[in-house]
This record gives sequence, structure tokens and C-alpha cells, in this order.
Amino acid sequence: MKMAGAQAMMEVLRREGVEVIFGYPGGSLLPIYDVLYDTKDIRHILVRHEQGAAHAADGYARASGKVGVCMATSGPGATNLVTGIATAAMDSVPIIAITGQVPTFAIGKDAFQEADITGITMPITKHNYLLTEAADIPRVFKEAFYIASTGRPGPVLIDFPRDVQQAELEFEYPDRVELPGYRPTLEGHPKMIERAAELIDAAERPLIYGGGGVNAAGAQAELVELAERAGIPATMTLMGKGGFPEDHELCLGMPGMHGTAYANYALHEADVIIAVGTRFDDRVTGKLDMFARSAKFVHIDIDPAEIGKNVLPTLPIVGDVKRVLGELVKKVARAKHSQWHDTVAGWKQQYPMGWKGDGLKPQFIIQEIHRATKGEAVIVTEVGQNQMWAAQWYPCREVRQFISSGGLGTMGYGLPAAIGAKVARPDKAVWDIAGDGSIQMNIQEMATAVQGKIPVKIAVLNNGYLGMVRQWQTLFFKNRLSQVDLAVGTPDFVKLAEAYGAVGLRVMEESEVRGAVEKAMAVDDRPCLIDFAVARDENVMPMVPAGGTVDDMLVD
Amino acid sequence: MKHTISVLVNNRPGVLARTAGLFARRGFNIDSLAVSTTQDPDVSRMTIVVEGPDAVLEQISKQLYKLMDVIKVLDHQDEAVVNRELALIKVDASPAVRGEIMQTVSIFRANIVDVSDRTFTIEVTGSADKVDALTGLLSKYGIREMMRTGRIVLSRGAPTA
Ligand SMILES: Cc1ncc(C[n+]2csc(CCOP(=O)(O)OP(=O)(O)O)c2C)c(N)n1
Ligand SMILES: [Mg+2]
Repeated sequence: MKMAGAQAMMEVLRREGVEVIFGYPGGSLLPIYDVLYDTKDIRHILVRHEQGAAHAADGYARASGKVGVCMATSGPGATNLVTGIATAAMDSVPIIAITGQVPTFAIGKDAFQEADITGITMPITKHNYLLTEAADIPRVFKEAFYIASTGRPGPVLIDFPRDVQQAELEFEYPDRVELPGYRPTLEGHPKMIERAAELIDAAERPLIYGGGGVNAAGAQAELVELAERAGIPATMTLMGKGGFPEDHELCLGMPGMHGTAYANYALHEADVIIAVGTRFDDRVTGKLDMFARSAKFVHIDIDPAEIGKNVLPTLPIVGDVKRVLGELVKKVARAKHSQWHDTVAGWKQQYPMGWKGDGLKPQFIIQEIHRATKGEAVIVTEVGQNQMWAAQWYPCREVRQFISSGGLGTMGYGLPAAIGAKVARPDKAVWDIAGDGSIQMNIQEMATAVQGKIPVKIAVLNNGYLGMVRQWQTLFFKNRLSQVDLAVGTPDFVKLAEAYGAVGLRVMEESEVRGAVEKAMAVDDRPCLIDFAVARDENVMPMVPAGGTVDDMLVD
Repeated sequence: MKHTISVLVNNRPGVLARTAGLFARRGFNIDSLAVSTTQDPDVSRMTIVVEGPDAVLEQISKQLYKLMDVIKVLDHQDEAVVNRELALIKVDASPAVRGEIMQTVSIFRANIVDVSDRTFTIEVTGSADKVDALTGLLSKYGIREMMRTGRIVLSRGAPTA
């Protein structure tokens, strides 16, 4: 069938099962937006800043496990996507970014709104394409979806010049992709799995250390089975949160800088660590050569380049985490390790999570949100103290329930990502746990949520500070607070929400928290923001200072 | 230690930038890089000389494989290879030293490919050591300009790819 490039793109999106595009139009996208005018089966959500489109596609992808799609015009539209693409790349999230480009004859001439976006995004995409021939459209888009969603997932960008959008092609959809340089390994090597089982069987103090790969692969059931069968406690990173149910008695919560003391002690003392879909990030390991010094590692990951990048494992297994764990669990022996569990229980008792003092505490607020949502909400976060408190105080039971910019740590991620997550999971309550600094980085997406009738909840933990930076200055720079005070100039968030046509609520005291959260839960046709005037000087604890070890851990 | 690797890549625009960019952003140092097409017009071959311990080399190779356009990475470490490099060296050659230089050139089986009143341009092919040795000897006459292609390598015997 003959059709124009823009139509061909829409046809591919349809066949790939795309239900929503987060986008923002402009000159180089006019042919595509003209086709969108007649498209009824793919929803377009108009964001208010292209960064929001990229984060929304990312939130959609993380919440659903499907590929998220965002679109922006050439030049400034494309460059506005960059932070969102980098965020997705760092956390291995499958998104497709479609950018308009100046016509092929104008490329390289510094044409109006020209930017070399394939050059710019080379280091932050899994792959990218510049389309130069309309005939390539079906193949390139099909490849893009395949690359984004298989192996270690990641963002793929397609730069789509305006004349190619308008050129005619004979539409033929390839039934398979041919990428000779790309063959992800899915099955773990049976010998290695066997040897891993032997190592685990011989362990006295085994520990599971799981990361984002567990969420990406949906491997919770396999991981829990392994833990229960072989009596292994589990600590899950920020990215792995929900990959092991946090109400499970074997779960130790998060490791690392703001992890639980008992998870960090367990890492320190373990003799065999099963690292699953995780990359030994410095926020987890602290000083690398002191990290888990007594342990041998089994490292399971789909990305061979992660094996040995930071830590050399005794037993590397490259493969899909779900499949490898499924095989591994059949090979390990049943075990109890009662003594080890007693030790861990001792740490839990000695160093419980908690907070001190009175006033409106952020930790309490998150606990209340947890209670009101029965622990079933999708929690999206901004970056800073708010993010760490959300991770510490909202235990998650399911994969894809906790969505946060872990690798890049992008302030401004939360609101647009929450919008994307809510579009993916309309059945779930979606909360953005926000800071007063972060929320202002993409506050314009309130309009997107209002226009799209996307009822996300936003909890602003308003401490009048760039709180996490303030905490570091307090602890490590003699409390010389430099450029972190936001008290003056921050808008009245309640009025601001109302100005957008959303619901705004304010909470000054502990006693008001529950009522406000319940009120917010009842809003179902627009976003609802709660401005919590929290205790200003609260620190996130415990804390292992950057590059430190468990011995340096601050508890309060 | 120095490693020589061959990278077979799709012969497409931008592939060199992707590969070189990877080395730069991951902090791997390139000593030399030579690229050309191969017997298959769709495939280019890069010979890259890098400095680093084995673990770093392994990481480089794995990172290269993550590029969609990389088809194969060969580390020639424990393998018999033919390795060559070509250099053009323009050297000061006053009448008094011309004879001496010509002797040196002939010992190295190099060629004088251009002559002017005051200079010779010498072409030499061989291993990097050989090129180093010749440039060392010529430096006392004054090297005006020099260009080396960087190493190119093929495994001996039956093709590996
Ligand atoms: C885009 C971006 N700029 C700067 C930073 C550095 N940074 C990390 S946390 C933080 C403060 C965040 O403040 P706020 O959103 O109010 O959260 P709080 O820590 O107070 O909860 C800053 C500036 C960042 N992570 N992202
Ligand atoms: Mg703040």
C-alpha cells in the first residue's frame, strides 16, 4: 500500500501496540501532527515542555513494562528531550523518542531549528537513527521497538526529517528484524548456574542484592522462591524496590547511602552475595574496595558489560534475570541458615528505622499515604530527601510499583513520570512524592494533567530548602548553607494548583495529614496537590557518606 | 600494556563517531586507529591500538558489542598476526648527509619517494617498532613533517571473520 512517511510511522506505532504518544508539535512535525488529526486509536497527550514528554513516556514504560513513546520538534524541541532520554538511559527504560528534523536537503546547513540530535544523543541512547529514505521507515521503527525493549532495555531516538515524513513509500512491514551485531543472551549458561548453586549451597551467610533488573524482568516470583527455598535474606536497591515484597520477613529494605543499617551490615558480613540485575552503583557500594569484603559474588545480569565493570564476580551469569533465577532455583538445596537470620534479626532490633522529635515529619506523611493507599499505590518520586524518604517509608509489594530517577537523579522527573504512570495504570492511585525544589522544575505539567484529566496526586514535602543539598552542607560543610534556601519566592502551591484548575490542599500539622490524604484520594477527574509544611531541618538517616563504609554510617 | 583489536562494523555514516565517542566517554585511550572498507562493502574494519590492563580491554570489548553497528571485536592478544604500519617522513637532507640517509633508508627497506633541494620524503612500511627505529635514526637530521597510518592487523592463516 502506498502512503506518506508520516502515515507509515503511525501505522507502525499501531502495529507495535502503541496506545499513547506524549508530544509537543512544531514546524518539523507538521506532517505528523496532520496525520494525528485523523488518528483516533492512538491517544496524544500534549505536554507543556518536551522534557515532560520524555519523562512521561519513561513513567509510562516503567509502570506498564511497555515501550513509551515521546515526540518533539527539531532543534529546541529535540534538545529539550535530552535530560529525559539520559534519565531513561541511566535506568534502562525502553522509550522511543521521535524528533522532527529539518528537510534532508537542509541538514548540515545550520537551517532554522536544526540541531544534530543524533550526535547529541549518541552517548545517552541505546541506539539512534537519522531517517533519510521513506522506504526505511517501517524497518527503522520496527528495529527501534525491538532494540528498546529487548536485552537491557533503553531509549532509542529516531530523527525524522520533514521531507521524509511527506515522501511516499510502498508500506511493507518486515516480519522480523535483522541486526547481526545485536543478539542479547537470554539463557544463562547451565554450567555456571550449576556452579552458582554449589556456591550458594556452601554459603553460611548468603544474601540477595537485587536491582532494577528484577523489576525490568518481572522476576519477583523467582527471586522470592530462591530466597525462601535457600533461606536467603534480600536487600533491594532503589531501582529494585518492589522486586522483593517489602512486607516479606526476608526483606531487608534498601542498601547503600540511605539504606537500612541492617542491609548494610548484612552486605558487610555476607559470605556469598547473589547480585541480581544490578550494577554495583557507588550509591550502594560506597568505597568500592571495602564493599562486602568477605563475600564471593554470583552476578546475574543481561548486560555482559556490567559483569566485572565495578566488581569482579566469582560466578558471572549473563542472561535474562527471570530465566536464570528460574533455573537456579531448581538447583539450589533447601537451607535455613538460622544463625545468620538471628544475626540479621539482631541488627534489625538494634538499628530499627525511625525518626526523632516532633513537628510535621516527612516520614510520617509517607507512612500515612501508605496507610491510606493500603500500600497499593504506584509511587513516583522527585529527587532529594523526598525521594529517599519515599523509598524508606513506603514499602512496596509489587514490581513496577516504585518509580524514581535512580541513575541520573533528575529533579523534575516525578510529576511528568507520574502522569505517564497514571496513563499506564488508570486502575491504580499514582502519587508523586515531591520536594518544593524539584516540583518547580516541571510544574508546568500540571496543565498537561488537567487537560488530559489525569488524576495524579502530588505530595509536596515543602521544607523551603533544596533539602538534600542542605543536608550535605549541614553535615559536611559546617552548616554553611549556600544557595539552598527556597523560602522566598516559592509560590503558594495551593493557589498555584488552583490556578491550573487542579485541587490544592495545605497541611500544617500532623493531625491534618490523614484527612488531606483521604480528600486527595477522592479526587478522580483532575490532579490534586497537597502542600505539606514539613519540619525544615530534618535529615535523611541513616547515612553512609559518599565513598564511605559501614563504619562511617551516621545513624542520627 | 598495549592491545591491538580489530572491530568489524557496519559501513554506515556515523559509525566511526559512535566508536570513537565510546572510547572517549569511557576514558579509554586510543593510541592509533585505522579504518577502511573490507572485502564486503557493507562492512568496515577498524584496527585500534589501546593501552590498558586486560580487565580494561575486556570492558572495552563488551562496551563495543553494545553498539548496534559493531558486528565483531577481535583482540589479537594471543594470536599470530601480520601487523603493518606505514609512515611518511620528511627529513632535512643537506648534500653532506644525503649518502648517509640513503644508506639508512636502504637498510630499512624503506623508499625515498620525494626529493627536494633540502629534503627527502621517506616511505617506510613495517611493524611499529621498525617505524620507531627508523624515525629514531632520522631524527638527528631533523624531521620536518611526519605522518603514520597507525597499525593495521590481520590474523595469520584462515580468516577469523
Ligand atoms: C536537575 C537537577 N539539578 C540539581 C540536582 C542536585 N540536587 C539533588 S537533590 C537537590 C535538592 C532537591 O530539593 P527538593 O526538591 O526541595 O527536595 P528535598 O531534598 O528538599 O526533599 C538538588 C539541588 C539534581 N539532582 N537535579
Ligand atoms: Mg525541599
